[in-house]
Amino acid sequence: MSYIAKPKVSHPSVPRNELGLFKRDYEGVVSTLCAGCGHDSVTAAIIQAVFELGIEPHKLCKMSGIGCSSKTPAYFLSQSHGFNSVHGRMPSVTTGANAANSDLTYIGVSGDGDSLSIGMGQFAHVIRRNLDMCYIMENNGVYGLTKGQYSATADVGTTAKKGPANKQMPIDPVSIAIGLGATYIARGFSGAKEQLVPLIKGAIMHKGFALLDVISPCVTFNDHEGSTKSYAHTREHFHQVINADFVPPSEEIVAAYEEGNTMPIRLHDGSKIVFRRVDKDYDPTSRAAAFTFLRDSVNAGEIITGLLYIDEETGDMHDLSGSIETPLSKIPYEELNPGAEELANLMDRYR
Amino acid sequence: MNSTDTSHPDYFHKVVDCQWACPAHTDVPGYIRLIAQGQFTEAYMLNRHSNIFPGILGRVCDRPCEPACRRGRVEDKPVAICRLKRVAADHRDDITDLLPQAPAKTNGKKIALIGAGCASLSVANDLLPLGYEITIFEALDTTGGLMRTNIPQFRLPPKVLDEEINYIIDMGADLKTSHRIESMKDLLAGNDYDAVFVGTGAPRGKELKLPGRYDADNIYIGIDWLESVAFEHVKEIGKKVLIIGVGNTAMDCCRSSLRLGATDVKVMARKPREFFKASAWELEDAEEENIEIIVNHSPKEFVIEKGKLVGMLFEQMEYDIDEKGRIDRGKVIGEVTIPCDDVILAIGQNNAFPWIERDIGIEFDEWECPVVDETTMMCSRDGIFFGGDSAFGPKNIIWAVAHGHEAAISIHKYCNGESLQERLPRGVNLVSQKMGLHEWSFSNDYDAVSRRLMPHVDLLERFKKIDIEVELGFTAEQAVEEVERCLNCDIQTVFTAKLCIECDACIDICPVDCLTMTESGDEDDLRRRLTAPAENKEQDLYVSAALPQTGRVMVKDEDLCVHCSLCAERCPTGAWDMQKSEISIPYAKDEAALTASRLAARG
Repeated sequence: MSYIAKPKVSHPSVPRNELGLFKRDYEGVVSTLCAGCGHDSVTAAIIQAVFELGIEPHKLCKMSGIGCSSKTPAYFLSQSHGFNSVHGRMPSVTTGANAANSDLTYIGVSGDGDSLSIGMGQFAHVIRRNLDMCYIMENNGVYGLTKGQYSATADVGTTAKKGPANKQMPIDPVSIAIGLGATYIARGFSGAKEQLVPLIKGAIMHKGFALLDVISPCVTFNDHEGSTKSYAHTREHFHQVINADFVPPSEEIVAAYEEGNTMPIRLHDGSKIVFRRVDKDYDPTSRAAAFTFLRDSVNAGEIITGLLYIDEETGDMHDLSGSIETPLSKIPYEELNPGAEELANLMDRYR
Repeated sequence: MNSTDTSHPDYFHKVVDCQWACPAHTDVPGYIRLIAQGQFTEAYMLNRHSNIFPGILGRVCDRPCEPACRRGRVEDKPVAICRLKRVAADHRDDITDLLPQAPAKTNGKKIALIGAGCASLSVANDLLPLGYEITIFEALDTTGGLMRTNIPQFRLPPKVLDEEINYIIDMGADLKTSHRIESMKDLLAGNDYDAVFVGTGAPRGKELKLPGRYDADNIYIGIDWLESVAFEHVKEIGKKVLIIGVGNTAMDCCRSSLRLGATDVKVMARKPREFFKASAWELEDAEEENIEIIVNHSPKEFVIEKGKLVGMLFEQMEYDIDEKGRIDRGKVIGEVTIPCDDVILAIGQNNAFPWIERDIGIEFDEWECPVVDETTMMCSRDGIFFGGDSAFGPKNIIWAVAHGHEAAISIHKYCNGESLQERLPRGVNLVSQKMGLHEWSFSNDYDAVSRRLMPHVDLLERFKKIDIEVELGFTAEQAVEEVERCLNCDIQTVFTAKLCIECDACIDICPVDCLTMTESGDEDDLRRRLTAPAENKEQDLYVSAALPQTGRVMVKDEDLCVHCSLCAERCPTGAWDMQKSEISIPYAKDEAALTASRLAARG
């Protein structure tokens, strides 16, 4: 943490986005996480992505639960809405918020503990509903806020700073999400922003549930030699299978991509994601292929990154439940709540 | 690009823009921090170490430091460095006990200094404490040279001059005033001196030989006129005065005219404003006094009627300025006569050495300037040194001081039979400023306050007498605010590549986007690939060795770093640290210490 705030001075050549805002306008307060925390880099990537997308800050809602990861919404988008909910319950609060106002962009920030231990049930069900949100899981393999105990994503054989190696099987959030039918699944690394920023942009613009598993090293408790979630280990085993560039609706796809190896996918708002295969065997539109590939890579000790699976066809929660176009929050109260008499009529129909 | 060699003393020195730009390399951030701590005496002495006249220069320095100041690139206005120097001078305690003293016994070497201006005084300041016997010859009956004759008293009070000059003279110089050296040959013939230093300035004002120049009395040469005013030989001037030329001397002439009775003073410039030679602040001060500056008027002739100057004829000019900002010769679009009572010519000054014979081995170039070595300050005749305006033509006081320091080193080495070229190198020392987890030894937060304005004596009051100092000096409150504007550029961001884990924390926190981790490349390529483009090529890129995990390099564009320390504060491994760079500039005393140790070793 810092005692001084980030000075309000900037490079004279810093660009504005289409709204006329600077990147600094999307910042929050100075982080109180440990210096060098991967989460701060993810925060910076979120700021960059939202700035580049030109989202109006008041049209965005940042949601979180409990943990180091869940503190981070304070460090970006000071001018947005936010809800710091109960441990592991961010998905249901977001579901409620989105049910009421589907006009906002929802970014949920959670961690491996918040999502895969106390919040595992909520995590599974928010995927099942295909809630339109960007769900960023800052994954460091430890409970940093309580001094570094192994979390559910700690690999077998990984060691803490002190004590015996972990023997329990890890939960892989990406495999779980593929199994549960999530429609946008990606993995990134806090130390590779050039990959992470387009993944976040795609996740925000994807209509439906987008999971971003971000390896985000805990610099205090899990950045040592026996760790498989350290900066050094992640860099050594980092394997990008597919490169995904985000292309906004206003821009044409530039022809620099090699024929046959590229694959543009159109998102609902007209923007595109252009895939460039790095690994020629990988097909990000096949759930079965993605699942097998992931299995093999886990066995090989590789950290597979990139946009691993996308499905733009399945409708989101509102499509599935047949709710109306207009966000419920925009409907006048009298209309939304027709009164006791109407309720009585309705109830009569079920008698 | 190769990784930056920060052990070279110039690398971090260049980051301290003000100190690098100062000819005497005054430790500006150092003394500003002392002022911030209320240690005015210490700030004064730190100043005096390099520039020897803090009170004088705090008022009238040409301030090459301020246009160089990083604050001017980050925002609009640089730190008021010059006037903060005056704060240290104004509020210091008695410093007599802190001054260097001449040893009881001299070393027997006799040095003649010709001229008692800033250059000679600097030589005396450095050599007297080493035991040299110094004789200063001065043509006028007082010291100071142009500082006294050409700078009006309302900008530089004589009391300030006397005080700082006497600190030097009182160390034991033999001052011979009203003693004009008429012949260098005669001076040398006596073989009385081991070395001679010439610090006689550039005393000849340029002439403007136009029709009518010698047909009336009321046409003056600026620097001569200012001298007459300083010595009260001139006490009045006409109502309407034209100043020809728009340099700093012109500014002194026009403002002096107002104090001698003129009511309508026009400064006539041949070219547009962006080509003026005067410093921006001197122009501002003149315009505050309702001086009218008229551009694009080229003087053609003096208009004389019945033997009396009645006006001046000008050609009205029009110029083309190309996209690179260069101006053409211009074309005449009309003529106009501007009535006046007096004309003062302030179009520059030249060196003049009628008293140096041309057959004694002192070479002169085609502009009548002596041929002087820029490092040693020695001319083509061994043992004769030049400094200040007399060496390379008109510059300014702080350059004269810098020449004086170098000449003093040379004179010492010459008198000891040492090679003049083999001089002590500059050095740099780095000390971490970390005091605790989030604590630095200096005020690292960026203070957004704008430059404080110097308070001036009321416009009605200031013209009542010629010696009313216009600038009042910063108040305590202003000084407190202005010192916080300094970015502490001498507290360097120092990077140790092998400690870096490439977590991006420094890059994310940097407010001015000056950090990047990327593949190395050649400089032009690298400058384009940074987080923010590095377009100011005068400022270096600090390139690290290859980083341990990816082999990329950390690149810092030094241009706009505000030295807020956040990179170092957010660094988990201490790869970034804030370290104060102390640039050591060798002086004659350092050379003398080396000479002494050599002699001692020889037994």
